Amino acid sequence: MPRIGVFICWCGTNIAGTVEIEQVVNAARSFPGVVYAGDYRYLCSEVGQKLIKDTIKKENLERVVVGTCSPRMHEVTFRKAVAEAGLNPYLLEVANLREHCSWVHKDPAEATPKAIALVRAAVSKASLDEPLTALMLDVEKRALVIGGGIAGIQAALDIADSGYTVDLVEKEPSIGGRMAQLEKTFPTLDCAACILTPKMVEVAQHPNINLLTYSEVEAVSGFVGQFDVRIRSRARSIDPSKCTGCGICYEKCPAKVPSEFDMELGKRKVIYVPFPQAVPNIPVIDRENCLYFKRGRCRICEKECPAEAIDFEQQDEIIERRYGVILVATGFDSMDLTGYGEYGYGQHPDVLSALQFERLFNASGPTAGQVVRLSNGRPPQRVVFIQCVGSRDIARGQNYCSKICCMFTSKQAILLKEKLPETEAYIFYIDLRTAGKGYEEFQRRAAEEYGVIYLRGSVGKVFPEGERLLVRGVDSLSGRPLEIEADLVVLAAASVPRRDAPELARLMSINSDRYNFFDEAHPKLRPVETHTAGIFIAGACQAPKDIPEAVAQAGAAAAKAVTLLSKEKLQSEACVAKVDPARCSGCLHCEAVCPYGAIAATETEERVRGELLTRTVAEVNPALCQGCGCCTMTCRSGSVTLQGYTDEQMLAEVDALCLQR
Amino acid sequence: MSTALGKTGEVPVNGASPEKERWTPLIVAFCCNWCSYAGGDLAGTSRMDYPANVKVIRMPCSSRINPLFILRAFQRGADGVLVAGCHPGDCHYTSGNYYVRRNLSLFRRLLEFSGIEPERFQVSWISASEGDKFAGVMQSLTEEIKALGPNGKWRDSRWQSVE
Repeated sequence: MPRIGVFICWCGTNIAGTVEIEQVVNAARSFPGVVYAGDYRYLCSEVGQKLIKDTIKKENLERVVVGTCSPRMHEVTFRKAVAEAGLNPYLLEVANLREHCSWVHKDPAEATPKAIALVRAAVSKASLDEPLTALMLDVEKRALVIGGGIAGIQAALDIADSGYTVDLVEKEPSIGGRMAQLEKTFPTLDCAACILTPKMVEVAQHPNINLLTYSEVEAVSGFVGQFDVRIRSRARSIDPSKCTGCGICYEKCPAKVPSEFDMELGKRKVIYVPFPQAVPNIPVIDRENCLYFKRGRCRICEKECPAEAIDFEQQDEIIERRYGVILVATGFDSMDLTGYGEYGYGQHPDVLSALQFERLFNASGPTAGQVVRLSNGRPPQRVVFIQCVGSRDIARGQNYCSKICCMFTSKQAILLKEKLPETEAYIFYIDLRTAGKGYEEFQRRAAEEYGVIYLRGSVGKVFPEGERLLVRGVDSLSGRPLEIEADLVVLAAASVPRRDAPELARLMSINSDRYNFFDEAHPKLRPVETHTAGIFIAGACQAPKDIPEAVAQAGAAAAKAVTLLSKEKLQSEACVAKVDPARCSGCLHCEAVCPYGAIAATETEERVRGELLTRTVAEVNPALCQGCGCCTMTCRSGSVTLQGYTDEQMLAEVDALCLQR
Repeated sequence: MSTALGKTGEVPVNGASPEKERWTPLIVAFCCNWCSYAGGDLAGTSRMDYPANVKVIRMPCSSRINPLFILRAFQRGADGVLVAGCHPGDCHYTSGNYYVRRNLSLFRRLLEFSGIEPERFQVSWISASEGDKFAGVMQSLTEEIKALGPNGKWRDSRWQSVE
């Protein structure tokens, strides 16, 4: 039996106020193996830690049990203290006397026996503790950023500026994301392209950034410091080393399809760059719609290209690379409004989503910057904006507030008034939420200077009436029903996660909330980390966000990523699974359930009656194992064990808890 | 008569109501470190009150819980056992709680077959943010088991607890 020392913490009055410390210490002295039991007012303090270290040496302790706050709080602290005294840090057990005892039970007559039971259980477990060693793992000094919107761009630039190589993967043919689609940004009315495109160019020219557009992440394995990622770089059908970006190919291309960048309002060619400022300025051929790929004839672009850059034979490229950290910034989608038939979206050309309306202002947009009705090409006399379409809608949409809509609706109303001062703008809102620097002032300007009319209430129906649209709603302040004739109706669609967000979350084993927004590790204190070490999130993939917030979060995530990349080595999990090859039958059920691919078959040799036999057994890769212990439950012969939580230890803990009723 | 299960001696259930009132069940709760144990910590930080007869064992993941541990608790005199883990879909280790859910639903049938009231073995998904749920589950579990009285099934009569 190893020599065990027990230290009970008062935690001021937090534990001592409810638990009779003296009784616990006295009881601990009687537990098998305990050679020392003592207490201290604040064990986590420097003096308290010194008491532990000194006693380890003085009493020649081989195991240490502390009765303190939750191990999730200070296990690391005490492990360090134990290690400084020369003991293996994993020879320490923590009895949670605060969160699980003194804070939840008021009566000392109940709390004290429970505290004794918890300490007894920790002592039983500690007596079976074995020294463990964590591996020191290399950190690949390269970062992967997924998503080339403003958040991904900012994060990539920040990491690259710190001197680390970054691969920036973007699904679309160009970086820029949602921000590139915007005309102006609130509350300053900066032109979005004017502030975004210099950053895009910086990304393209940065020596530390490797830009992979038209590419997608296909598989992620490994762990912090060593993520192995497979990226599919789709065939552009154009040789980027030859293309000069002259644009003759898409001028000459005879086939047109709706433009995704213009939210399907305008058309684009089948060989195309999504927008004029695209980075990289290299077109792609949309093979699904290309006449040559569909029917085997055309190749006009090939004939016209002066650089001979068109390559119909080009294949997708598979890139397999190792990264130390991954930063996810995949952004958001505008909610699909087909479920909102009462507003006539998709049925009437003059009912637009906000992002569609935004494109009308843009000089390179579908109307060349003319704000007109798409039904007749004439400027609108009156525009009605409807907010919270999908947001704050428990029945059909998303329960949350999309946060940006109050502001972008005000912005669009101002832009409209600046372009067409005679046009009336009405905004239906539920609540106006303008928290943010300069936001409230901006909204007031819309109402007071530009004469935008804000109506608190909701719209029940939008339907065509003659040439115009009739908006029927209710003014909830006066309680009166309203009917407004409008030429354009703009719907502030909710911000939702990208459609493929759940798939990406699965690929990377990161958590999502009920709406499929990626979850941060802690809502307040770890806002840019995920539960998977080494994977960070930034921007609207975490929750709806405006540009300043997305940029700030991207900077924070980049700083966290750089902190990891700057480390020489990372410590792996020490409590990992281990296979006893003598007992293993090689069924490999454990391999099937391991979420980290940490278990693999291996050959073992053994001598049976003088004969050398080879057979298959399971083997755990301690660098990959994260210590969940799922494998142990599937093992028929009980040959897999989780170090630090062995069957013997768990049973000893059960026994000890049940001994003390 | 001794059965294959050994002398799983019958524990007399006291008929006298005042004593029954005073009797508190022993409940062992296996909680995963990342969600349910953290939920327990939150219940503590929020100073919620729940019965002291519930004692928590910290596991890395609910999928580490071998049914053997649960049987052992019943053998050693536990009147109820709780397994708590992350909500399905939210497992810290991605998929562990799916396995434990399947495994333990089979195990529950075995327990029922062996004569243990189903209320004595419960599985609950408690997230790190559900301190109120943690306290609530402990409360209701205690009440349910209190109504059932002491457990005699699987119990090793040689095992003597200290008061």
